[in-house]
Amino acid sequence: MLEQIRDKILHGKRLDRQDGRWLLSEAPLLEVGALGQEVRLSRIPEKRVTFVIDSNPNYTNVCITDCQFCAFYRKPGDPEAYTLTVDEVLGKVEAAAARGATTVLLQGGHNPALPLDYYLTLVRETRRRFPRVTPHFFTASEIQTMAQVSGLTAGDVLDRLWEAGQRTIPGGGAEVLSERVRRRIEPKKGGPDAWLEVHREAHRRGFKSTATMMYGHVEEPDDLLDHFDAIRELQDLHGGFTAFVPWSFKPGNTLLEKWIKHPQGPNAYLRMLAVSRLYLDNFPHIQASWFSEGKRTGQIALHFGADDWGGTLFEENVHRAADYVNTITVDEIVTLIREAGFTPVQRTTSYEILRTF
Amino acid sequence: MRFADARLEPVWDKIRSGERLTRDDGLLLFGTDDLLGLARLADHVKSQREGDRVYFVINRHITPTNVCVLACRFCDFARKKGEAGSFEYSIEEMVGLVHEGVREVHIVGGHHPDWPFEYYERALAAIHAVHPGVQIKAFTAAEIDYFYRRWKIEPKEALTRLRAAGLQSMPGGGAEIFSARLARELKYTGKADPDRWCEIHGIAHSLGIRTNATMLYGHVETLAERVDHLLRLRDQQDASGGFLTFIPLAYQVGTTKLVPRQTPPTDSLRTIAASRLLLDNFPHIEAYWVVLGEDTTSVALHFGADDINGTLEDERIQHMAGAQTPAGLARAQLIRMISDAGKTPIERDALYNVVQVWN
Repeated sequence: MLEQIRDKILHGKRLDRQDGRWLLSEAPLLEVGALGQEVRLSRIPEKRVTFVIDSNPNYTNVCITDCQFCAFYRKPGDPEAYTLTVDEVLGKVEAAAARGATTVLLQGGHNPALPLDYYLTLVRETRRRFPRVTPHFFTASEIQTMAQVSGLTAGDVLDRLWEAGQRTIPGGGAEVLSERVRRRIEPKKGGPDAWLEVHREAHRRGFKSTATMMYGHVEEPDDLLDHFDAIRELQDLHGGFTAFVPWSFKPGNTLLEKWIKHPQGPNAYLRMLAVSRLYLDNFPHIQASWFSEGKRTGQIALHFGADDWGGTLFEENVHRAADYVNTITVDEIVTLIREAGFTPVQRTTSYEILRTF
Repeated sequence: MRFADARLEPVWDKIRSGERLTRDDGLLLFGTDDLLGLARLADHVKSQREGDRVYFVINRHITPTNVCVLACRFCDFARKKGEAGSFEYSIEEMVGLVHEGVREVHIVGGHHPDWPFEYYERALAAIHAVHPGVQIKAFTAAEIDYFYRRWKIEPKEALTRLRAAGLQSMPGGGAEIFSARLARELKYTGKADPDRWCEIHGIAHSLGIRTNATMLYGHVETLAERVDHLLRLRDQQDASGGFLTFIPLAYQVGTTKLVPRQTPPTDSLRTIAASRLLLDNFPHIEAYWVVLGEDTTSVALHFGADDINGTLEDERIQHMAGAQTPAGLARAQLIRMISDAGKTPIERDALYNVVQVWN
């Protein structure tokens, strides 16, 4: 089976679901990892590993979607609910810019009280006041929320965001793009079709985006393959995805906690990275998440097909709400990448190279 | 097997034909960029020997004292007598630390300036009397050597008397790294040197006492010094045959700061894999969770390791050097580290008799 898969890959043939199922559940981990790394090094022959200086603030934790996996949100009216003003958000962008951030990944809950203009002003003012910062704002489900409150289509909202100066959108909120999983953990969210529609519309307009996946809860291998197939097909259309970013579910403080006690461990994560490198043959980059999996597993992951280290995440609140805290500096990223045997390279939001260390 | 680094192919041929690896092969294993190629070789050897089995033990660390006459530069554990942070356990206290369910006690401590040999002898006898079913693994070769330096008791006599008191096996500490250069630089010349360390293990083996071996790596040693250390252990095992397990110990930076940071997990995985391949006559290679962390330990089970040590309850030596891991883990956590790697957890005793298979 491994040899068949290797032959397919060497001849540029696409892996099918049967291949994927075997790689996800039965294939020997080291063989998958070695093949993933072989493909990574053939696609990006330099031993460079990219990272971005970024921050990940939030503008509101008010949300009406009640996802079972989320420890961050508060219902409207909750004493711990907050929504920042435009000036307060820009203050966070300014703080990130002062620390050298080139990307600000801004996201928040689904707050029906916020008008479309709030979001557009954030983009416009970020572009105007902080020209070195790329506003990497608003995941697909937030764009859906904007469409609902403004009575526009998601495509119209994307046009407005583009006019305001936005060029990339983050890939969060995909969770596992499978109907079965959605019904179980996020019945009120738009689900796979909505996430895919927003990214499709975005890519058609020239936006770049990432695709994430949060695994390790109620999904089966076939759900993961639904996810892989959906984003691979979409990537064939416009090539708008820059990177795939999987991470394992952190059960702390969530409604799913009582069913899922333990996050999936490092071996499952390494397998996920290597399989995604093999299966997502049209994705330029696979990101190792030091943040969610730990720095040590992040270093090991660079030998299992990943070529990107993610970002500095100067501010992060969503995992923190699940009692999961991890921080890093630029110097430490450079050291960690070097220690693992690779060359650290700073990149932009859209993976252009800024500086080789 | 196919390798990103073609230089590994002749090594693979040797492994398949059962040919022993050379010093140059060892240098290649530590030097190659092909980390997963190295892992696949080690995993092959591990699987041939042990299949999917990975061992752990319900054990208890007892550290009688951290008072020590030595001042090794890599050590954050030792204190002078009366110094703040020093401790000395009475025999009653040591006996009290062992509770129902513990299968092995591991006893290692400082080179105390005053405690007579008989104190250690009585401590083992007392533990053994109260807990006759608990296997006692006690005293590194460095401590056995110190009994000679301090009290002129020959290792053979010391080991014979300790065995009569209840000792069953010996831990592998005190080897540090076999290098005269580093012994001078890091000031451990006052400790059993490589010849003496190996001699004492040979004596233990001749008495039927099984022992372990360690290597302290990830500080200022060279990769060649690591290879030479492993080959020296391999020679000793050829000669005396009583080693059970090799345990590579990643240096903890703590306050001794021989290097600014702990060596990365990729280096630890490489060291475990290279050890599995070079030490072809060692039954077991351990991924010691205390120095590696739980995640890296779990990954290491694909890099040639077939043992993760045990529950420990109260590990002191690495933790006084800043190890970030817990001082002890529950059985369930050990089982989880093993099953997360897709391996079969085997609870063992100190001599690798199977206590229970956990599926």
